[in-house]
Amino acid sequence: MAASALEIEKNPKFRALVAARKSLGWTLSIVMLAIYFGFILLVAFNKELGNLLGAPLGAGSVTTVGIVIGLGVIVSAFILTGIYVLRANAKYDELTRQIVEESK
Amino acid sequence: MRLASLPIGAALAALVSPAFADAIAGGAQKQATNWAAIGMFALFVLFTLGITYWAAKRTRSAAQFYTAGGGITGFQNGLAIAGDYMSAASFLGISGLVYSSGFDGLIYSVGWLVGWPIVTFLIAEPLRNLGKFTFADVASFRFQQAPIRIMAACGTLVTVAFYLIAQMVGAGSLIKLLFGLDYAYAVVIVGVLMIVYVTFGGMVATTWVQIIKACLLLAGATFMAVMVLAKFGFSPEALFAKATEVHPKHLAIMQPGSLINSPLSAISLGLALMFGTAGLPHILMRFFTVSDAKAARKSVFYATGFIGYFYILTFIIGFGAIVLVSTNPEFLNADLIAKGKSGIEAIKGGNNMAAIDLAGAVGGDIFLGFISAVAFATILAVVSGLTLAGASAISHDLYATVFKNGNANEQDEIRVSKIATIVLGVVAVILGIVFEKQNVAFMVGLAFSIAASCNFPVLLMSMMWRGMTTRGAVYGGFFGLISALVGVIFSPAVWEVTLGYAKGSAAFQISNPALFSMAIAFFSIWLFSKLDRSRRAGQDKAGFDPQYVRSQTGIGAAGAASH
Repeated sequence: MAASALEIEKNPKFRALVAARKSLGWTLSIVMLAIYFGFILLVAFNKELGNLLGAPLGAGSVTTVGIVIGLGVIVSAFILTGIYVLRANAKYDELTRQIVEESK
Repeated sequence: MRLASLPIGAALAALVSPAFADAIAGGAQKQATNWAAIGMFALFVLFTLGITYWAAKRTRSAAQFYTAGGGITGFQNGLAIAGDYMSAASFLGISGLVYSSGFDGLIYSVGWLVGWPIVTFLIAEPLRNLGKFTFADVASFRFQQAPIRIMAACGTLVTVAFYLIAQMVGAGSLIKLLFGLDYAYAVVIVGVLMIVYVTFGGMVATTWVQIIKACLLLAGATFMAVMVLAKFGFSPEALFAKATEVHPKHLAIMQPGSLINSPLSAISLGLALMFGTAGLPHILMRFFTVSDAKAARKSVFYATGFIGYFYILTFIIGFGAIVLVSTNPEFLNADLIAKGKSGIEAIKGGNNMAAIDLAGAVGGDIFLGFISAVAFATILAVVSGLTLAGASAISHDLYATVFKNGNANEQDEIRVSKIATIVLGVVAVILGIVFEKQNVAFMVGLAFSIAASCNFPVLLMSMMWRGMTTRGAVYGGFFGLISALVGVIFSPAVWEVTLGYAKGSAAFQISNPALFSMAIAFFSIWLFSKLDRSRRAGQDKAGFDPQYVRSQTGIGAAGAASH
C-alpha cells in the first residue's frame, strides 16, 4: 500500500532532499538577485561613482569595465543555472527515486 | 508622430524619455516589395504548415492539444522556450538600441535574461510536478477551484491580450517595412497563420514552429555576428574602437547613458522583467510539454543558454551596425544627412532596421531576405504560443473547470479551445488594426508587470507557503492585477505620452509599477490568508502536505500521455 503524504514527509530522505534543494535554490536565487540588482544599482549610481562603468579596462583600451560586467551578468545567469542543474542531476534525482521507491 | 511600435521599441519607450522614444522608433514607411524575403517566408510557411498537417493527425486528446502529450524532450523544449521568448522585439529592438546608444542596450538584455535562473531554482520542477495543462492547475491545486481559476484566467488573458496587441502592431509595421505589404494584410496573414497552427496542430505544431524559428534566428544571428567580428580579426576591442570612432556619441556608447535615470524606476523595472518572466502564462505552459521535473529543469538550462547567447549576439550585431550600416549611404536617408544628421540618426526606417540592414551589409540581398523572413517567422512563433496559452485559460480553466465543474467531456473541451483560438485570433487582428496608429509602447511592459504582480505571487506562494488560503490567493491576485494596471495607466508613458496629458501630470512618476504592485500582491496574500477563519481555509492548509510531497517528488504527477 502506498505511503501517505505525511508518512513520506517523515522519511529522513525526503527531509534531506527538501532541505538540500531548498537551501541551494534560495542561495542561488539570492546570488542572482544580488548580481542583477547590484548591476542595476551600479548603472543607476554610475555618476556618483565617478563613471566607474565607463572606465577603460586597461590603458588605451576602448572596452570599458561596464561592458565586461554587463556580459558577466549574462554569463553568470547561465553558470548559476548550470550549477543548479548539475547538482540536481547528480544528487536530487537519485534521492527522489529512492523516496518514490520506498513509498510504494 | 507615430511610433513604429515594435514591441520593444515599445517597452523601451515606456522606460525612457519621449524624445528618446521617438529617436528609437522611426516610421514604418512602405518599402518596395522584397521578393527574396517573401519567397523565403513562403518557404517557412509551407514547411510549418506541413508540420501542422502532421501534428494535426497526432492531436486527438486534450493532453496532446495543450501539452503535446508531455512528449517533448528537455533539449527540444529548451529551444522552444527560447523560440517563444526571443521575439522580433528583442532581436530588432535590442540591436537597434545598441545601435543608437551602445551600452544601454546591454542593460535591457540583461534584464530579460535574469528571470530564467529564478524560474529554474524556484518554479520549474514543482510546476511540472503539480500541473497538467495550465499554471492555474498549480495555483489552484489545494484551493477552491472556481475563484482561483477565474482569477488566474483573468491574469492570463490580460497578460496575453497586451502582449498579443504589441506583437500584432509590431508585426504589421515590420512586415510593411520589410516586405512592402500593406499593414492590414500583414496583420491578417499573421492572424490566419496563427489560428491555423494552433487550432489544427495544437501544442505539437506550436512547439515545432518555435523550435524551427529558434534555430533559424540563432543561425542567422550567429552568421551576422561572426561576419562582423571577422572584419575585425575577431577582436571585440577593434570593433569597439571603430564603433566609438564613427558614432556621434563616441566613447559615451561604452558606458551607461540616459536609459536609467532614477534608481527607483530602475529597480521597479528590473523586478518586472525578472519576475514577469516567471509569470508569463505561455512560458509556464511550456513546462507541461516535457515528461517530468528533470526534463523541465534541463529545458530551462538550455533555454537560458540559448537566450543568453542570443543577447550577446544582438550586442555584437548592434555594434556591427554602427560600423557597417551608419557609414554606408545605401542604408541612410540622404535628406536627413543633408540636414546635418549623423549616420546613426539617418538610418532608413528607424533604429529597428539596424539588424536587418546589417544582414544586407554582410550577406547581400539574399541574406537580408532571409533575416527579414526570420523576423516574420519569429512573430508567428510568439503569437502562436500566446494564443494557445490564452485559449487554454478559456477552455481548460474557465469552461472545463468553472463552467462544467470539472466534468467536461474531453472532445468538448478541445472544441472550446479551438473556438477560443479562432475568437482570440480574430480579436487580435481587429485590435492590431485598431491600434495601428497608436503608441503601444507600454503594452509589453504592462504584460510583464501583470505577470509579475498577479500570476507570479499567487503561483509562488501557493507552492511555498502552507498558510495561504483561497481567499488570500484571490484577493492577492486581483489586487496585484489591478494595482499593476492602475500603476501603468497613471505612469508617464501612458498618461503623458499616450493619452497626451501635460508633462509631469501623471500620478505615479515611475516607469513601471512592479515594485509597488508586487508588494501589494504579496502583502494581500499574506493579510487575507491570515484573516481567513473560514472552514475552507482549514481545508486549504490541510491540502499543503500532499501538495508539497507531490511537488518535491513528482509522486502522482501527470506523466507523458502517449507515444
